[in-house]
Amino acid sequence: MFYLIKNFFIALRQIAIGSKRYYIWVAFLSFLILLGASAYFDQSRRGLIITGMRDQVSWGFYISNFTFLVGVAAAAVLLVIPAYIYNFKPIKEIVLFGELLAISAISMCLLFVMIDMGQPLRGWHILPVIGSMNFPASLLAWDVIVLNGYLAINTFISFYVLYRLSIGKEYKMSVIGPLIILSIPWAVSIHTVTAFLYNGLSARPFWNASILAPRFLASAFCSGPAIMIVLFQIIRKQSEVEIEDRAIFKIAELIAYAMGLNLFLLGAEVFKEFYSGSIDTYSIQYLYFGLHGKSALVPWIWTATLLNISAFLLFLLPRTRENFTTLNMACLFVIIGVYIEKGLGLVVPGFVPDTLGEIYEYTPTTPELLITLGVWATGALIYTLLLKFAVPIYTGKLRFETKA
Amino acid sequence: MKREKNKRRELSLDRRTFLKGAALGLAGTALPLDKADASFWETFFQKHFREMNDTEIKKVLQRLEKEAEQKYKKAIKIGNEKAMPGVLFGYGLDLSRCIGCRRCVYACVDENNQSKDPQIHWITVLRFKKGEKFSDLEESEKYYNPPQVPEKEYFYMPVQCQQCENPPCVRSCPTQATWKDPDGIVVIDYNWCIGCRYCMAACPYGARHFNWSEPGRKPEEINPNTHYLGNRPRYKGVVEKCTFCIQRTRNGRYPACVEACPVGARKFGNLLDPNSEMRYLIEHKRVFRLKEALNTNPKFYYFFAYGR
Amino acid sequence: MSDKKRHLLVMLASFFLLPFFFSLAEAAEQDIPKKFFVPPPPFTPGIFPCSQCHQGMPVNRKPRKLEQMHQDIVLKHMPDGWCFDCHNPDNRDKLRLANGKLVSFEESYYLCGQCHGTVFRDWKVGLHGKRTGMWNGEKQYLLCVHCHWPHEPVFKSIRPLPPPMKPSDIK
Repeated sequence: MFYLIKNFFIALRQIAIGSKRYYIWVAFLSFLILLGASAYFDQSRRGLIITGMRDQVSWGFYISNFTFLVGVAAAAVLLVIPAYIYNFKPIKEIVLFGELLAISAISMCLLFVMIDMGQPLRGWHILPVIGSMNFPASLLAWDVIVLNGYLAINTFISFYVLYRLSIGKEYKMSVIGPLIILSIPWAVSIHTVTAFLYNGLSARPFWNASILAPRFLASAFCSGPAIMIVLFQIIRKQSEVEIEDRAIFKIAELIAYAMGLNLFLLGAEVFKEFYSGSIDTYSIQYLYFGLHGKSALVPWIWTATLLNISAFLLFLLPRTRENFTTLNMACLFVIIGVYIEKGLGLVVPGFVPDTLGEIYEYTPTTPELLITLGVWATGALIYTLLLKFAVPIYTGKLRFETKA
Repeated sequence: MKREKNKRRELSLDRRTFLKGAALGLAGTALPLDKADASFWETFFQKHFREMNDTEIKKVLQRLEKEAEQKYKKAIKIGNEKAMPGVLFGYGLDLSRCIGCRRCVYACVDENNQSKDPQIHWITVLRFKKGEKFSDLEESEKYYNPPQVPEKEYFYMPVQCQQCENPPCVRSCPTQATWKDPDGIVVIDYNWCIGCRYCMAACPYGARHFNWSEPGRKPEEINPNTHYLGNRPRYKGVVEKCTFCIQRTRNGRYPACVEACPVGARKFGNLLDPNSEMRYLIEHKRVFRLKEALNTNPKFYYFFAYGR
Repeated sequence: MSDKKRHLLVMLASFFLLPFFFSLAEAAEQDIPKKFFVPPPPFTPGIFPCSQCHQGMPVNRKPRKLEQMHQDIVLKHMPDGWCFDCHNPDNRDKLRLANGKLVSFEESYYLCGQCHGTVFRDWKVGLHGKRTGMWNGEKQYLLCVHCHWPHEPVFKSIRPLPPPMKPSDIK
């Protein structure tokens, strides 16, 4: 009991005390969160009408961000596969930080779903047993299960490892080994289920294509690791954690292959739609060229495509991959490119033209942007706080006390 | 010196903890724990409609009627008529007669207590140019506003919930807030819907509409004869749609749109009754349904009057 | 066979066959169930019965433009049609079918049904025309003339009700 209280205060001190940079960063994030929270308060009072969504485009910026972030969360697995299966040592040590990123990303996903609901207080209706979960018919029910399961797996693995390290012990592979093995197909499944969410709707021909699930996975394995490369550079600069260049370059190489696959799948989709040219292809026409004079997404998608292609080349060539300036540029390109392509570039064309042929050009409103920013800031704050523990535990600076 | 500093920090930590606790306590008093807000908890814990027995449903209806009366200062009756046995509702729409006058749209708005601000219409009338692609809904126009209808080169097609026998919306709802009742009507429990709008993405006919804000309807415009699964006053953040006027049809009456149509383009009846005009319709007229390739099996039949 | 015997045979045959012919006529009328309760015809007030003016008036069967009375009725129904194609010159309180049979104004659907057979067939089933009443009970039928002005049956265009609001206008 005594140790519990003592460790609680150690933990509290760890959160509350840090460098000046830490305070400024947390204050900045808190400011964004407050902005988002006040905008959300307005939304919960007046309803979702303060967003740009209407009956014709009933999902928008919130679900776009959700889709992107599920991909980022799934990509934590990318580090697990080479690390544990192939025992590629340089990556093994830093898989932990990837899993912590997965926790933050999934938390943001859950937040995005909650703020998108019309009646969030009724969220318990979706639970099995106490609610009335529509399993297995509804893909959303599957998504709830797999996302929360993934959160649980990653939380358990990382907290267990950190806890063992923090009390100066080794972690038992027999405990986390099976969970790690489980997390690989589970990570693939969270993004597959999210893809199936869109894929299964025969009402929306733009989404009702088998290519959606493979594309989601390919683009997830670009964006997630790109974010991690940026984060690792920050972590190793701000702390004593050693992350070898070799590890970073290996991840970058894997991104190149994933982006190559993503571009190939994009080409396949583009061919099918534009060559066959049936009525169902109006959506992709709207996306890339505009339809009946409505072309709000056209500059965005072309920017995203060009960024993706440039990033692919930068990651592919070892000369640019192993130069940190071009590498970081490429990471930025990939993150922005996939964010657009898988975000609004996926969700909006599914609703344009709508089921009765109408074109409504959706644009996120300012409250929507503020709330989204607030959720991202929440995720960043979660990751920051997790790292505030993980880094010193990892480097041996922070220890909790036990009887032994 | 350092020990003093640490001690001060520890003290300030305690003050911080105290303040946090006080704030939480204050927030706690905002929770509706007293009796006057008992209905808040009743609403929050209300069970799924299909899991309630008749006494529980009766209590819920009484509570809802009271809430509606408080809001609209008007006595509102919320009924719970069950599906009649041996009934499967079907709808017929005569495309050779519709003149696109939209009287059905507004009769529906009045009968079913739809929000006027923001505007919700359960029926959409599409206008097609004769000679152009018919099944390409992209070529249709719903905002037509000529001085007179019908216009010479156009024909009109109203669309509303098709009450599919294989509804994609029911399949996609994560909480089972929408389901198909035995008489074929796809209904929504407005107190169970969480407003995720997945059903709206799943519907191929654009038949489902969302309350993006609190429904705006004046008390004098409220139709007080309502059904729990039909036209009772709805809430912000839930989905709604045509229910074949469940409050009328389960009492033997025609839906409001059928009665409003000035040219008799709308037909309604029991598909299982061999003597009904609906049976005659689907057996003798050349009927088709929208987007039949999607296999949703709608019970909304379009036809052209001539021919047998 | 002698003439007398032949005449007797014909009379007996027709006597026994008469009910058969009557039953045929009845069957044609039985196609229309007795439950066709229709509201009264939409007469201009005071115009019916027609015999209050036309009793004893000489009949002019020449197709012409009317000048003294009923000049406001312009017939835009049937090519080259005129009044006595439907109205009965000998008894204005009745309408006349093509085979000479008379029907009352309350059963004018027989008259319309002669040319508009397909519509008549649908109307009998309840498939043509405005539907009010109970779907599982008594159907309320209307006469053809309740909706279609027989002298100029084409519906006039009407003003449509307002279009829905554009989603970008919904705030």
